[in-house]
Formats: sequence, structure tokens, C-alpha cells
Amino acid sequence: MPTDTIKVAIWRGGADGRYQRYEVPLRQNQTVLDVVTFVQRHLDPTLSYRFACRVGMCGSCAMTVNGRPRWTCRTHVSKVIRRGRIAIGPLENLPVIKDLATDMRPFFEKWQKAKGTFIPSRTRNDPTELIAPTGAARRAADAAIECINCGICYAACDTVRWNDAYLGPAALNRAWSLVNDERDAGNVDRLAAVAASGGCHACHSHQSCQEHCPQALNPTASIAALKRRTMQAYLKGEIEA
Amino acid sequence: MMRLAHRAGVLWTAALVHRLSGLALALFLPLHFLALGLAIEGEARLEDFLRWSDAPLVKLAESGLVFLLLVHMLGGVRLLVIENLEWRDGQKQLATLAAAVSAVIAFIFLARVF
Amino acid sequence: MNVRLYVWQRATAAVMAPLVLVHVAIVFYATRRGLSAADILGRTRGSIVWAMFYGTFVVAVAIHAAIGVRNVLAEWSPVSERHSGILAAIFGCCLLLLGLRAVAAVVLA
Repeated sequence: MPTDTIKVAIWRGGADGRYQRYEVPLRQNQTVLDVVTFVQRHLDPTLSYRFACRVGMCGSCAMTVNGRPRWTCRTHVSKVIRRGRIAIGPLENLPVIKDLATDMRPFFEKWQKAKGTFIPSRTRNDPTELIAPTGAARRAADAAIECINCGICYAACDTVRWNDAYLGPAALNRAWSLVNDERDAGNVDRLAAVAASGGCHACHSHQSCQEHCPQALNPTASIAALKRRTMQAYLKGEIEA
Repeated sequence: MMRLAHRAGVLWTAALVHRLSGLALALFLPLHFLALGLAIEGEARLEDFLRWSDAPLVKLAESGLVFLLLVHMLGGVRLLVIENLEWRDGQKQLATLAAAVSAVIAFIFLARVF
Repeated sequence: MNVRLYVWQRATAAVMAPLVLVHVAIVFYATRRGLSAADILGRTRGSIVWAMFYGTFVVAVAIHAAIGVRNVLAEWSPVSERHSGILAAIFGCCLLLLGLRAVAAVVLA
């Protein structure tokens, strides 16, 4: 009895690679990650790709599926298949190492550049600072904090594509959550970092980040808030352009 | 060359319209200033220009300019609200509304001159 | 685009939003009436209000459009950010000169 198949085009090679076609059995409950795994195990062991948890917690399996960046472990084939076809490629806006694996270093370097790291204001010898979860700043930080650095927003962002210096939605979103962390001591440097060229002011509010984020975060809103905060700091003379 | 995805949605289109309208207005402005500057050469010169601009095709182009100016301004106000006030959802609807209002006013302009 | 350019671009935008509405109203008025050059210049010549309104508009738009053009050049063309700024500044100066000339043309006798 003939079984239904999916015609899958998968990116092979580096930046100058090409799409290669495979045929994969169509199953009733199947994710795009299942499809990629099937190809690697049964059709072509040379295919390189990343995954870890396969249950939508780690963000490692992010790839471009029919033109949109998605977590492949949380993308049902039935939701994306078009006329029996799926195209799978590596995340955009990042250098391709091989096939479906990208070099995430530029993404994390920009995270550092946006000062997306916590700077402590106390030592182990001080009493723990008590932060109420209901405070306005803590609620703002919590709204932005669930980012797991999967890179989907970065891949979806056209401003990242057009502007090499743009720090990107994830880095800026993290900077915003830290700006609201009352325990953090690094805000002067952080605001200066995101107010520089390539920082939050480069954002055009396309909202592609917010639309594609699997954690339902809204980097556009975080970046808009950073624009307000940096403008105030600049006008008060706390940071320089 | 990797196949670039068609990711355009309402807000991406709104941003594109905002950018292209801005560019078009920026390119139009020098011509507009030169036309007004004809007054330096005397009233008759400006009058000639105004009568030339009575032509239907010119009026059509002018209604296009009215649309571009309004859609750029209203889209820009939408951004100023995002950037200066608390976040509100419904951006797709607001962007569509901006375009619709601009189109209606530009159409009224066109209808009135004919 | 950094905070300084951002502030200038957004500030000029905020200044111009109401000016645009007034300008569109004026355009509607002028085209409806089929005003002649004599009618127009009769209203604008010697008018401080006209001079201030459109003078402000010209200064604001020269700054605003120049920064916008800078961004478009930097993002959509191979021109570097630094050169985009230079070209945009030249464009802004041209707009300012032509614009103030146009205001002078209709206001000064």
C-alpha cells in the first residue's frame, strides 16, 4: 500500500550551498524535527543539525521552515506543509556552519555588547535584597525575562538583516529586563551601550520579533521602553551620544 | 544564494509604506520648493505654473502626494505613540486605519478637484 | 542611528504633525477655490504668520528628512554609515536653502 510522503528540501552546505530534496514518510503526528531526524537517520547521515530537549524548552532546534524561523520540535508538519512540500533551512542573519547549523557567536557577542549581563550591587556578605514581585519594575523585568536565546527573533528581524551593527531584539530585550532589575548596578553603562549606533534607536518597530517569538515575548515593546529611558537619560545628561 | 522568505505582514508593509512615502516626499520637496520659488520671478511665472498644475494628470499626482504625506504622518504618529506611551496592542489595526484614513482624504481631494 | 539623531528626528516629527494637518487644510482650501497666483501672493506677501509657519516647517523638514535619508542609505545601499551621514547632511542643506528661498519668495515683496 503506497504511503503518503513529504517532499522536503533541506539546505546542504555552507553559505554557498544549495537545497537538496528528500522524500520522507508523512505520519499523522509529526514535527519538522521528526522529519529532519528521519532524513539524518535513514536517508543521509551526513546531514548536520542541532536539537536538544525536543520538547520546546531549550530553543536549540530553531530553523527556517517555509521561510519563517520556528522551533522545529514544536512545529507540526500539518501546520506548515504546502502541497506536500516543506523547505527547511538554517536560521537567517547568522553565518552558516554547515547545513542547518548556524554560528550563534554574533548573536551572543551582541548580547554582551548590549550589556545583557547582570552586574551585582551586593556581595555574598550582604543581606539578600528583597524585591517584591508586584513592584512595577519587577513586573516589567518579569515580562521580558523568559528569553532562552533561541535566536528566532534575530533571524526574523529585517533591521538585523539591513544593519550589521544592530544589536537585535533579543539582546535589547534582555538589556531592558536588566534595566528594570533593582539589584543591578550596571545601568549607566547599559543605557549608554543601547543608546549608541546600532542600539535600540535602530529598531523600526516591524514587530517581526514579537510575531515569531515562541515564548510570546514582545521585544518591540521592550525596545520602545529603552528608547524612552535612553532619551530621558540623554536629555538629563546622564549619557552622551 | 539562500531563498529569502516572504515574511511580509501588515506591520512590515506599514513600515515599508512609511519608508517609501518618506523617500518619495523627500524627492518631491525640492521640486515643490522650486515651484514656489518661481514667485521670485514674478506673479505671472507662478500663475503659469498653477495653470499647468490644473491638468487632470497633475491633480491625480497631487492626490497621490496628499496620500503619501498623510500616510507618512499618521504612520509616524503611530510610532511616536509606541515609543512614548505605554505599549498597546492592536498595532495592525492602527496601521491599517492610518492607511485607510489617508486614502479617504486623498480621494476626497481628488473628487473635489474634478 | 543613535540617541542624538533619534531625538532630533522624533522632535521634528512631533513639531510637524500638527503643521501637516494645517498644510493639508490649506491645500484643500487653495485647490477648491482655484486660487490664482495673485490670490495666493496677496495673502502671503508681508505675512509674519505665513513666514513663521512655513519657516518652521522648512527647518523641521530639512532636519527630519535628512536623518530619514541617512537611515535609508545606511540600511538599503552599500554606502557606509559615515558617508550616508555626509550625503544626508548635504541633502538636508539643499532642502533648507531651497525651502527658505521658497518661503522668502512668497513672503517677501
